[in-house]
This record gives sequence, C-alpha cells and structure tokens, in this order.
Amino acid sequence: MGLALLAVIWLITFVSTYFFIWHPWWLPAGVSASAAAIDHQFVTTYILMGIVFVLAQCSLGLFVWQYRDRGSSAPPVDYSHGNTTMEIVWTVLTAVLFVGLNLMGSKIWAAERFEPAQASAVPVEVTGMQFAWYFRYPGPDGKFGITNPKLMDPSAGSEAAIGLDSNDPASKDDVVTGTMFLPVNRQVDLTLRAVDVIHSFFIPNMRFKQDAVPGLAIHMHITPTQTGDYEIACAELCGLGHYKMHGMVKVVSQEDFDKWIAAREAEKQ
Amino acid sequence: MATSEVVHAHAGPQGFIRKYIFSLDHKVIGIQYFFLALTAVWVGMFLSLLMRIHLIWPQANLPIVGHIQPETYLALLTMHGTIMVFFVLTTAPQGGFGNYFLPIQIGAPDMAFPVLNMLSFWTTFVAFVVMLAAFFVTGGAPLHGWTGYPPLSALQSTGPGEGLGADLWITSIAIFCAASLMGALNFITTTLDLRAKGMTLMRMPLTVWSWFITAILGLLAFGVLLSAGILLLMDRNLGTSFFVPMVVVNGQLLGHKGGSPLLWQHLFWFFGHPEVYIAILPGMGVTSQILSTFARKPIFGYRAMVYAMLAIGFLGFMVWGHHMFMSGMSPYSAFAFSLLTMAIGVPSAIKTFNWLGTLYKGRIRFYTPMLFAIGFVSLFVSGGLSGPFLAQPTLDIPLHDTYFVVGHFHLIMGVAAIFGIFAATYYWFPKMFGRMMNEGLGKAHFWLTFIGTYAIFMPMHYLGMAGHPRRYSQLTEVAYLHNLIPLQTFMTYAAFITIGAQFIFVINLFWSMLKGPKAADNPWDATTVEWTTATPPPHDNFGGQTPVIHNGPYEYGVPGAARDFVMQTDPAVGAAH
Repeated sequence: MGLALLAVIWLITFVSTYFFIWHPWWLPAGVSASAAAIDHQFVTTYILMGIVFVLAQCSLGLFVWQYRDRGSSAPPVDYSHGNTTMEIVWTVLTAVLFVGLNLMGSKIWAAERFEPAQASAVPVEVTGMQFAWYFRYPGPDGKFGITNPKLMDPSAGSEAAIGLDSNDPASKDDVVTGTMFLPVNRQVDLTLRAVDVIHSFFIPNMRFKQDAVPGLAIHMHITPTQTGDYEIACAELCGLGHYKMHGMVKVVSQEDFDKWIAAREAEKQ
Repeated sequence: MATSEVVHAHAGPQGFIRKYIFSLDHKVIGIQYFFLALTAVWVGMFLSLLMRIHLIWPQANLPIVGHIQPETYLALLTMHGTIMVFFVLTTAPQGGFGNYFLPIQIGAPDMAFPVLNMLSFWTTFVAFVVMLAAFFVTGGAPLHGWTGYPPLSALQSTGPGEGLGADLWITSIAIFCAASLMGALNFITTTLDLRAKGMTLMRMPLTVWSWFITAILGLLAFGVLLSAGILLLMDRNLGTSFFVPMVVVNGQLLGHKGGSPLLWQHLFWFFGHPEVYIAILPGMGVTSQILSTFARKPIFGYRAMVYAMLAIGFLGFMVWGHHMFMSGMSPYSAFAFSLLTMAIGVPSAIKTFNWLGTLYKGRIRFYTPMLFAIGFVSLFVSGGLSGPFLAQPTLDIPLHDTYFVVGHFHLIMGVAAIFGIFAATYYWFPKMFGRMMNEGLGKAHFWLTFIGTYAIFMPMHYLGMAGHPRRYSQLTEVAYLHNLIPLQTFMTYAAFITIGAQFIFVINLFWSMLKGPKAADNPWDATTVEWTTATPPPHDNFGGQTPVIHNGPYEYGVPGAARDFVMQTDPAVGAAH
C-alpha cells in the first residue's frame, strides 16, 4: 500500500509537472508594454512554486513508503514531539520566499495602477452593458460629450446605447463603435464604465483586466505593441449572456488609425 | 479507564420524536447534520455533473432536466457553489463531526446549550429547504453565482432567476447565518467551560482546537454576512440603495441611486474569506489526529500546530481584499492585502511541514482513514501552491476570474476539505454506528477519488493560464476557447468516473451501518477520550463517569510503555505534557 501511494503521488506530480513544463496550454502571446514584466513575474513564481510542489509531493510519497509498518522487525518509532529549531527554520524560509515574491511583483503593480496615463495618450471610453462592449473616442475636440441615462436605448444603435446627449456640443464629434481600434505603440487612456451590472474588461493578449462597475469611472492605461486582432472577453459574471459578451480590439498603425477615425467622423456628418 | 467522581447517570429520552427528531443529544444532532450534509453533497454533485455535461454537449437533451439553457447553467453554478459551501463544507465538519466529538473529546456529557444545539440544526434544515425551493419557483434559481454580486443580484430585471428565486436564495443564507451563530456560540462555550479535569488547553486534541477556532471565525463572520444579506433583501424589495447606484437595465432607468456595488464585495468577502478557513480548519484538525494515530507517533510540533491555526484564523480576517484586486478598489490597498495574504501562507506551510514530520520515522498503518488523510496533505499542497500566484495583484491581471482560480479553490477548500470529511467518516464511523466500514470498498473509493479529483481540477490551472474565464456556459462564442475544448472534455469524463466512485462510498456507508462487523471500543489503538467510552457512547457519553485527563492527546510509541500508545486517561507518562 505504501508503494502504491508512492507511485500514484509521484505519478500525479510528474504528469502535472510535465504539462506545466511542456506547456501546450500557456499564457497567450503578450502584445502590450506591460506583458513582459507580468510574464516574468509569473514565470518566477511558477518555477519557485513548482520546485516546492515537486519536493513536497515527492517527500510525502517517499515517507509513506519508507516508514510503512514493516511488522515486528521494524525499528521503534522515533518518539519525538517536534523540534523547535526546525520549526523556526522553515517558518523563516517560507516567510522569506513568500514576502520576497510579493515585493518583487509590487513594482509592476505600481507601474500598472499608481501612475496616471500620459497627457499624450489616446483617450477611449469603454462601456459595458448586458451583453456588449461599446467604445467611444472624443473626436477632434478631445472632449467626451455628456451621456444621459434617460436617453439610453440599446435597440437604437451604439450612440443611443450609451445615452449620448446630442444637445451637448462636445458630443457632436464623439465616435461610438462596437469594435475597438487602437494605434500601435501609443499609450491609451481608458475610462471604464458599466451601465447595468458589473462587467470585467479582459484582453488576455494584453495582460489587461479591470472590472467595469456601475457608478464608477475607472481610469486605466495600456500600450499595445503589436498590430493585429485580439479578443476581448467579459471576466465578471454579468447574466445569462456572459459567455457571449466578447469583442475585438484591432491594433493598427497610427496612419490607419487616423484614417479610420476620419472615416467615422465623415460618416457622422 | 481511569475515572473518578461518579456522577448521576441520567437516562436518555425514550420516545421516538424526542430521541431521534427533536433530540437534545449532541450525538444525535451530529448525525442529523451528517445526513443533511450527505443529502446536500449529492444534490451539489448532481448539479456539477449537469454543468460538466452542458459544457461539452450544449445541445444534449437530458432526462428530467431537458435541454439546458445558458441561464439554467448559471442557476446550476450558483446552487452548486452555495449548497457545497454552506450545506456541505460548513455543515459536515463542524455541525456533524464537531457536534458529535467535541464534547466527548474534552470529556463533557453534552454541549453547553443542548436546546440551542437542537435549534441550530433545525434552523439549518429550514435554510436548506428554502434554498432548494428556489429551484421550483417562477424563473427558477438565481444566476448571480455564489458570491451574489449586486447589481446583478439586487435587481429583478437583470435575468431569469433574479425574481423570487433570488429572494429565497438570500433568505436561506440569512437563516443559515443565524443557525451558524447559535452553533458557534455553543462550541465556544462548551470548549471553554466543559472540559474534564486535567484537560488543559494544551492537552486538547488538534481536532478540538480546530473546531474551537472555526467556531470563533463563524461567530465573527456570519453576523456580517447576515447583515449584508438583509441589506440586499431591502435593496431588492424595499427600494433602498445600499449596493445599487443609478443603473439602466435593458434601456430602463431604475429608481436606485448612490449605492456602492463594492460595499457588498467588502462585506461578502469579510465573511467569505474566513469561510474558506471555516471549511478547511476542521479538515486540518482531523488530518493531524489521523496522521498521528496511524503513523503511531506523536504529532510533530503540537504547539506549532496550535499557533499556526490561531495565526490562520487571525490573519484570515485581514485578507479579504485579495478577492477584489480587479474590482476597482484602491490599488494602494492591494499592497497590504497582498502582503497579508502571503503571510497567511506561512502558517499553512508550517502545518504541511509538521504533517511530513509526523510521518517521518513512523510506522504507518494504511487503513482507509489514513489514506484519505495522506490524500488531504497532497491536495492541500497542490491547492495551496497556486495561492501565492493569486495573492499577487500583478498575477491576478491574467488569472483573476479564470479557471485558475476555480482549480485553486476546488483543490484546497473543495476536495481537500472533502477528503477531511471522508477521513473523519472512515475514522469515527465505528464509534458513531458501532460497526466497522468495509476496508476493501474504502480503499477502492480512495484510489478512484484521489486520482479522479486530480484529473478534474489540475487541468483547470492550464485552462486559466490560457485565459479561460470562469462561469461561461458555452465555449463556442470566444474563438480562443476552442482549442481548450479537448481539455474540458477530458475533465468531464474524469468527473463521470469520480462521481461514479462516490456510489462505492454510499453503498459502503449504508451496508456497514446495517451489516458491518461489530466495532471494538478502540479499534484504531487511539489515545483520545472518545475511544475510552463504549461504542456507540451512552446518552451522557461516559455512563455516569467523568473522565480525568493525565496525558497529552498523541502519546504514541512511548518508550517503556506497556503498549505502543498511552491514552489521555491513562496514568501520567511523565513530564512530556
């Protein structure tokens, strides 16, 4: 029985570890300025926890086999109530490991969330509602127009969905779309809103996730570093259509972005 | 049995209703809790099976339930989580085994407040009935998940199930909170006041410590959830706006304004995080007890184990914010919550080291309870080590609300805690029912469940790394999920096998209850007080005697002793404890 336990515990450990090392399933390709640092922190944690995982499981398997009851021929058990020195050693070691990991990662978090967006960043407002994402660009005046909850009507197109007030001069040139366009290698100043329930704006490739909460306007920033199409998923349970509340972010060159936004402005006239 | 102080042995009630239904005997109440949890776990497991089937065969037309809609999937998910957390993981270890064995292990004739104990069980029972009723009302069970985040959970129009179903769900939880408060009060008073002579705090078995600390957590946490639940009911039905700001649902501007959805998350997780430890601490206690018993060695670092549990309980109240790194909470507070969460990993690691230290140089006997206790340690390590990922806000950016989290908490507070419950069942069944369980069936149950649960929950980490969000009822809409369907299919097959293995357990349980070989008073050669009394114990536990305690709880392999264990009631072995 001890040998069977040893075999099964080791087998589970090695099979799990094999898939973690071979990683056929892994973080998707990172395409934002923050991806490299986050991935580095992930891999560091991964290796350290992986070592602890293998050591702990292997010693468990080894001990149950090694110290199985071998009948009367076995040596007497080690009558011991513990060892204070060892308790102190492993307490200190784990504290150093865990707190060290924490401190290593804190710089990245600070860079992500403490600093506001640069003044030159492209402003985009993201609005979540059951079960779609809308994206708003302020247009040439650089100002978002007023939205009014009383005017919200998701059945009448994207501008009505977010309740854009056409009486406000600043709203005249606002562009509202269902697909997100971003210029490559420029910081984006995101404002996240939700109109009904909590949603979460999750772009796996950009290592970006932030809840959009009714009643709050949450400011975040992000810098795409590769052109291409990337999927947006909703990561907070928002109702029966949660699984299909997805969108697309198209990262294009600055030229293409300018052309696209000019075409949208022309459509509005 | 060393006893003194012969006290008056009072006879138990004779009528069927007073003896088995509205009983004041903590042992009967413990068994009632046990069977309530057993019923609940089958309901919860059946719901999870339907979810696994729907994920892989979304078009399947199933018997009884028919074709599962996306909203039905979310209702299954909500009810699975709620039933498992409240009516299984909270009810079985604490209400069931705690109720039955805490008084006996400290040498007490019953709980401090027997009537409160009975009320606590029947209130829990009512809560369970109200919870199940949510399935049968118009709109069905709620779809807001076991965490019930408003505004989704606070408004009738956010989806099917958010009508009467959601009201029943919240009401049930509120009733459950009241029941748990009564139970917690009773456990704390009993531990502090009813210990037998010689049962000092540092001679209490680690099981007693774990139930005692769990009760303190329950007393401090359930009151907060109760208040939050009442506020949510008011938001839903009385037009208040505690948790709901101005919102527009389906183009309809609702009358709420000024509430904070994040307030609910703070209140919920202030309960919710300690709840994780409410579920797992008794499992730690019983694992310590069983490892020591079957390794025939004293527990390694008894005091360190006690201090570690106290530290976990204390820190457990200061880490709730790690569930909210992505919520819009101040990013500065994430620093504090992250550091404290990493700190709670230290006492958890201490416990693991001490369990390994207990096995080291022991003489391990592989009975079924021991297999489940060893399984507990393995699962606790596997589930625990994904914790330091999720404790870092930086890594929550890719991992929060993905299957990585689902894998993490299922391994540690789901499966590990269930292994604690299984270990306790196999270990104490002889004392509770007077008969032995079948070892062959028990071992078959262990192997299939151990391998099966790893096969279900380990792949969830891979899904989460690939960015698979949780609570998705279908995998077809988001393109990058398509590659992950084979892994999901594998997990569904593993779930079939694992759930099939649970029939072995139930057959063993009921068959042994009726036909198992008669159990001796101390079939495992164990040391704690419950093994000194008759099997099953008489109404007042000790047949008119009061035990006197002379030794620590885990005196195995004592050099020079007549046998390889010295019971807590045996004459003192020396200055060791």
